[in-house]
Amino acid sequence: MSPKSPTLADVLDGKQVVICAGSGGVGKTTTSAAIAAGLAARGLKVCVLTIDPAKRLADSLGLEELGNDARRVDPKLFEAQGVEIKGELWAMMLDPKQTFDELIARQAPDEESRDRVLQNPIYQQISGALAGSQEYMAMEKLFELHTEGDYDMLVLDTPPSRNALDFLEAPRRLTQFIEGKSLKVFMKPTGFAAKVAGRGATVALSVMKRIVGFDLIADLAEFFNAFSGMVDGFQARAKRVNKLLAAPTTCFLVVCGPQGEPIDEAVYFHRKLVEAKLPFGGVIVNKVHYPAEQLRGDDEDLPGTLAEKLGDEDLAQRVAANFADYQALAERDARNIEHLAREMRATGVIRVPYLDEDVHDLAGLAQINRYLFATGEERVAMAAGRA
Amino acid sequence: MIVTGKGGVGKTTVSVALGMRAAAEGKRTIVCEVSAQENASRMFEHTTVGFHEVELEENLWAISIDPDESMREYVLLQLKVRAMRDMLFRSRIFNYLAAATPGLKELVTIGKIWELAQLDRKVKSARKYDTVIVDAPATGHGVGFLQTPRTFANIARVGPIHSQAKTLDNFITDHDNTGVAIVALPEEMPVNESAALEHDLVEEVGVAVDRVYLNGLYPERFSKEEAEKLTALAAADDGAAKAAARAALSEFGRARSQRAQLARLRRRAQAPVKTLPFLFEPDLGPEAARRLSKRLA
Repeated sequence: MSPKSPTLADVLDGKQVVICAGSGGVGKTTTSAAIAAGLAARGLKVCVLTIDPAKRLADSLGLEELGNDARRVDPKLFEAQGVEIKGELWAMMLDPKQTFDELIARQAPDEESRDRVLQNPIYQQISGALAGSQEYMAMEKLFELHTEGDYDMLVLDTPPSRNALDFLEAPRRLTQFIEGKSLKVFMKPTGFAAKVAGRGATVALSVMKRIVGFDLIADLAEFFNAFSGMVDGFQARAKRVNKLLAAPTTCFLVVCGPQGEPIDEAVYFHRKLVEAKLPFGGVIVNKVHYPAEQLRGDDEDLPGTLAEKLGDEDLAQRVAANFADYQALAERDARNIEHLAREMRATGVIRVPYLDEDVHDLAGLAQINRYLFATGEERVAMAAGRA
Repeated sequence: MIVTGKGGVGKTTVSVALGMRAAAEGKRTIVCEVSAQENASRMFEHTTVGFHEVELEENLWAISIDPDESMREYVLLQLKVRAMRDMLFRSRIFNYLAAATPGLKELVTIGKIWELAQLDRKVKSARKYDTVIVDAPATGHGVGFLQTPRTFANIARVGPIHSQAKTLDNFITDHDNTGVAIVALPEEMPVNESAALEHDLVEEVGVAVDRVYLNGLYPERFSKEEAEKLTALAAADDGAAKAAARAALSEFGRARSQRAQLARLRRRAQAPVKTLPFLFEPDLGPEAARRLSKRLA
């Protein structure tokens, strides 16, 4: 790690939006909260957003619960952990369904078309739990908050996806679906599609009706009709959302773990970000086993030395074996991270060590925060200094 | 057996281990990967698992269920007339609808799992399996994934999709033949989440949760007295002995806090909890899964 490698504060300087992306189970929520806290400590007014039914963010910020409106985190809670919040830290957990309903209400030309959409069974399904809508709504809320301009910085914890890429692809899939123009023409319930589209389309449609049932097709047709007045509004908005994501004031941080699989996914995700011309800021690897550098080969008879010092041969053997296990994990992590840095051509991979304590509260968050905002050298020193 | 849990808890490794276990008991078993990331393939070096049933070892098969391929296969089974099928596959509306309808991919994926589990397989000349193990998507999506058939059954109200979706829903919630295993990690939040997941799966989806696997449990290598000795050594010494003592104390601390989490999970989970050891192995390949499978007896 070069001493010149930029710190997280350098990477985020001048940014307005930070998007933490990565596959599930790599500590994205904790990382997002720690980044937001770190920026608030540096004097910014920050809001961290999550879509997280598991309430991880609320838990880690010491809040009872979070809702669709932002709540301010009590700075005293952080002070107790030795972190002074000079700015303001806000947090919200967005409700995808409510956000979607609000969006429809905003886009609908009149109340009647709004209600037609809100009451359509297909809308009710897609606006709830189905894949894609959560991701889209996260971006939507981000855009809304950014437009309102109440915060210096927005930190988005992306929804837990099977695959980090879902986040980038889902909005496009969803808008395509909503905009289904070609389909709308074919599926007019009056059935004059034949005249417009020719015989092939009608036959295909009747075959489909046979497979899926008439009701479903009719609901779909109704859904598209109900949406027809809003399509232009949606398209315009989607364009502006995409513009925000690609803006130089936006920054994507890839979060991952040190094992082979999360590393491969992070590399893949980074490639997709670059292809989509989205601003990549850096990569954070959580739960890294730091190597004890001075060691390997240093003491050829570690069990012997330990036995002498501990006066217990059996214990010495176990301590040595345990040490070898930990070293092997540290070496694996180092190898994987080297591969990651090479693939991403990233100058500074931020490594957060695997802490002895489970991180789930403010104390843990404050600790993660110190690692995130340290320089590479400081991190190594901190990791070496912990007992 | 459907294996679920939050991301990064080792669902794939546990799924493969369960598969190996069932195969070792003489059951013809297939492990299904559904997220098309070929995680399971990682578990079997030199074998590429795609949308076809591949034999990995005696009695153990694997398949990666690709939704597009499942859709194709579904249509092939529905429409016997070739000309109609060809027309449908060429149709722009069909391709559009197949790609854009939310939840359809999940539905056809579950359809394929159902097909694999049938004693009378729909796919020509396919053999039956005694055990089908599904490496399901992570928590949030896991509940949505398993609810897809009911969602479709409700949207479609009547007609062939309705009745087929209903069949799939019955299949998933059939307590005698379909079970769910939750994989968790011994940490505060994953324990909370798996308790919440179990609740949702039982109350909302209506499946039978048979077992919760607590994965990655550190061994208890050192006693409290030994830890005190090591603390003294870590403070006094320098160099290798100090680092080794620290690593041991780390292990001791983690093993202890994990035991506390295990106790919490046992209190909160309805289903029996089974622990699986943390494997100090750089790469979790087939050997790791095999070692775990021996612990699943």
